Amino acid sequence: MSWLQDMLISPFADFAFMRRALVGCLALALGSAPVGLFLVMRRMSLMGDAMSHAVLPGAAVAYLLAGLSLPAMSLGGFVAGVLVAVLAGLATRYTEVKEDASFAAFYLLSLSLGVLLVSKSGSNVDLMHLLFGSVLAVDNAALLLVAGVATFTLLVLAVIYRPLLLESLDPVFMRAIGARGGIWHMLFLLLVVLNLVAGFQALGTLMSVGLMMLPAIASRLWAASVGGMLLTSFAISALSGVGGLLLSYHYELPSGPAIILLAGLVYLLSLLFAPQGGLLPRLVRARHFTN
Amino acid sequence: MIELDNLTVSYQRHPAVHHVSGRFAAATATAIFGPNGAGKSTLLKTIMGALKPDSGQVAFKGISRRDLAYLPQQSEIDRSLPVSVIDLVSSGHWRQSGLFGQVGRGQDEASWNALVAVGLEDFATRPISALSSGQFQRVLFARILVQDARLIMLDEPFNAVDARTTQDLLQLVARWQQEGRTVIAVLHDIAQVRSHFPQTLLMAREVIAWGDTASVLTEERLRQASETAAHWLARAPLCQVDGEGV
Repeated sequence: MSWLQDMLISPFADFAFMRRALVGCLALALGSAPVGLFLVMRRMSLMGDAMSHAVLPGAAVAYLLAGLSLPAMSLGGFVAGVLVAVLAGLATRYTEVKEDASFAAFYLLSLSLGVLLVSKSGSNVDLMHLLFGSVLAVDNAALLLVAGVATFTLLVLAVIYRPLLLESLDPVFMRAIGARGGIWHMLFLLLVVLNLVAGFQALGTLMSVGLMMLPAIASRLWAASVGGMLLTSFAISALSGVGGLLLSYHYELPSGPAIILLAGLVYLLSLLFAPQGGLLPRLVRARHFTN
Repeated sequence: MIELDNLTVSYQRHPAVHHVSGRFAAATATAIFGPNGAGKSTLLKTIMGALKPDSGQVAFKGISRRDLAYLPQQSEIDRSLPVSVIDLVSSGHWRQSGLFGQVGRGQDEASWNALVAVGLEDFATRPISALSSGQFQRVLFARILVQDARLIMLDEPFNAVDARTTQDLLQLVARWQQEGRTVIAVLHDIAQVRSHFPQTLLMAREVIAWGDTASVLTEERLRQASETAAHWLARAPLCQVDGEGV
């Protein structure tokens, strides 16, 4: 019993930085899990990755102007991400280019600009910090940002849940009834960028995509309804967060990759064992009904 | 009801709908008939608002643009999403429920009745991925029932649908006419048109004939339609009808 307590409870009970990291991870999970799920349902699973690269030049410009300041870099990253989303959205709407191609083009432009700016600024260490973050170094400002973004995300999703889901399911129907799918789509992309930026300090832009996508993809293999998927993906996110932090504490691993690898492990296990389309349940031949 | 005024819709400057004028009679069913490439689907999409006309216009008289149900030729519904049949049917309540509005008991009942009307009540809680394409077409008809729209546009609704299902769905078209709704359907089966659609628009990019089905679907005009549609030049001269090319 005391062994369990040493393993699971004490790290958080004894150290303030671990408690902070825990709260940060859970808040991140709360916001990014549903966002990731909608990305998966809209067949935009790779969009999160594209957007995580797109925020780089904004953060770099902010770093050049204001130094290593979280609010400035978050704001810069947010502006760059939204700019890429809007430009790609406009290109999709007003030209013959499809959405995935537009996003690929604009995020690559943005990324190369970002790398150029970062290399001009000098220090590679800061770049590493930007890409990979450190959840164990989360301060109050970062925590407030993460919590604020999670709250905002859940509120907005509650408002746009129905049209967003309906637009993922049947865009032609939405157009026929004059329900303006484009607005919900842009609002949703805004949430994607916000959640990536929120993960800046804790996980870094690259790793926060992992917390967004892996639990969402795994949840599809467990639940047969959208509500069920939402709950499952949040549960997997939260579990990976807590587990990853403990692993990182006990074995002195970097926290970001530990969290994402754990989420990845859950995904791999889901591929094998999950009831809704996992590999092994499909091999079991259950007896069929009469009709 | 719906009036077309000198409507032209083009793809890369080649008109698919060319100087079409006329009006769809209200509270009856009009079939749009014509060979492949005659602009039938293009016309429906333009009325629906998805395509912009090059010139001319679609006028909605005494009916709101939103009071319209549209069944595309190929639905773009992502059937891999975990949505149940009854939920998909209930999405037809959008006009009443909107963003937040609850789907109330009366609306649940309407969804259920619509499923009963298309004979799929036993499938209510199944996921949409479990349906065959014919069953899925029935579900889409159920959603149209729920939408309760005054104008219903169907683009080749009976493709890949068996005879029994087609008969059942044609019964619904008949019922909609009795209820005073306007139905516009693109069809390829001339017998269906003759038996269930009092009005016909025969088109081949242009209007060949538009009016009572019996007077429109004559041998002579059908031949004229298929000959007109067969002409399609890569380098056609500019159209002079509106004097634009002068």
